[in-house]
Amino acid sequence: MNRLLPYPLLTAALLLMWLLLTSFSTGQFLVGTAVAIGASRAMAALHPSKPRLRRWQLLPKLLGIVTLDILRSNIAVASIIIRGDRRDRVAGFVAIPLDLRDKTALAVLACIVTSTPGTAWVEYAPESGVLLLHVLDLADEAEWIAVIKNRYEALLMDIFE
Amino acid sequence: MTHAENLPAWASLLTAFLVLLGSGLTLLGAIGTLRFRRFFERVHAPTLGTSWGTGAIALASIVCFSALGSRPVVHELLIGVFMIVTTPVTLMLLARAALYRDRTEGNREAPPRSLLRRTHGG
Repeated sequence: MNRLLPYPLLTAALLLMWLLLTSFSTGQFLVGTAVAIGASRAMAALHPSKPRLRRWQLLPKLLGIVTLDILRSNIAVASIIIRGDRRDRVAGFVAIPLDLRDKTALAVLACIVTSTPGTAWVEYAPESGVLLLHVLDLADEAEWIAVIKNRYEALLMDIFE
Repeated sequence: MTHAENLPAWASLLTAFLVLLGSGLTLLGAIGTLRFRRFFERVHAPTLGTSWGTGAIALASIVCFSALGSRPVVHELLIGVFMIVTTPVTLMLLARAALYRDRTEGNREAPPRSLLRRTHGG
């Protein structure tokens, strides 16, 4: 582990954020670099577990899939709200056995599930790896398990594990 | 918006469409929060506002101010990033509190703990 730059990705992200919030100039670049290095060294003092990105090339693919899925479920949930509360729609809980164990990957999955309207992360049991989701339009339980496992979990395991 | 007259037609149309889309979705989310009857259904409705509601309005801002200024304005993307990263925290706290309440009260609709046991090799 490099002493000056313990978290190169974090440092780069902080610098990028600084430049986006101020302006792209040499002066701001220098100040931003100082802040980013200082903050990432402060972070090192907390000794967080270091997330590993094994195949970062797949990140744009994940981002694309998630953006489209979120758009699709926005339309689905919006139409449910417009149509009103009908009897034929069943909302319910689904238990999904996950093989994903990496903490960062689980956090990313939580962001995906939460950002997608119609699915909500309710509970996760680390000892069994079972995730409890609440789904607004639960037509087919097996289909939801397949969606989470094949669409997101497989990709996340490729990226993080 | 004081320089709105300098905005080219395509940009103003796109901006207007995106702003309407974003605010419309957010409004629908608010209506849904009122309409749904149970906590776990209600929790889904505001996500419209935090996903494409925010996304479309931020995109509209990017389009509008990039077309007005000479350089691309992209710092709105940060709003989207922070939105996506922070919503799970609130939602999980609320969901867990609701689950705890339902289980303590012995609500029959609450999912039993046994659901969290692994039933097959998966």
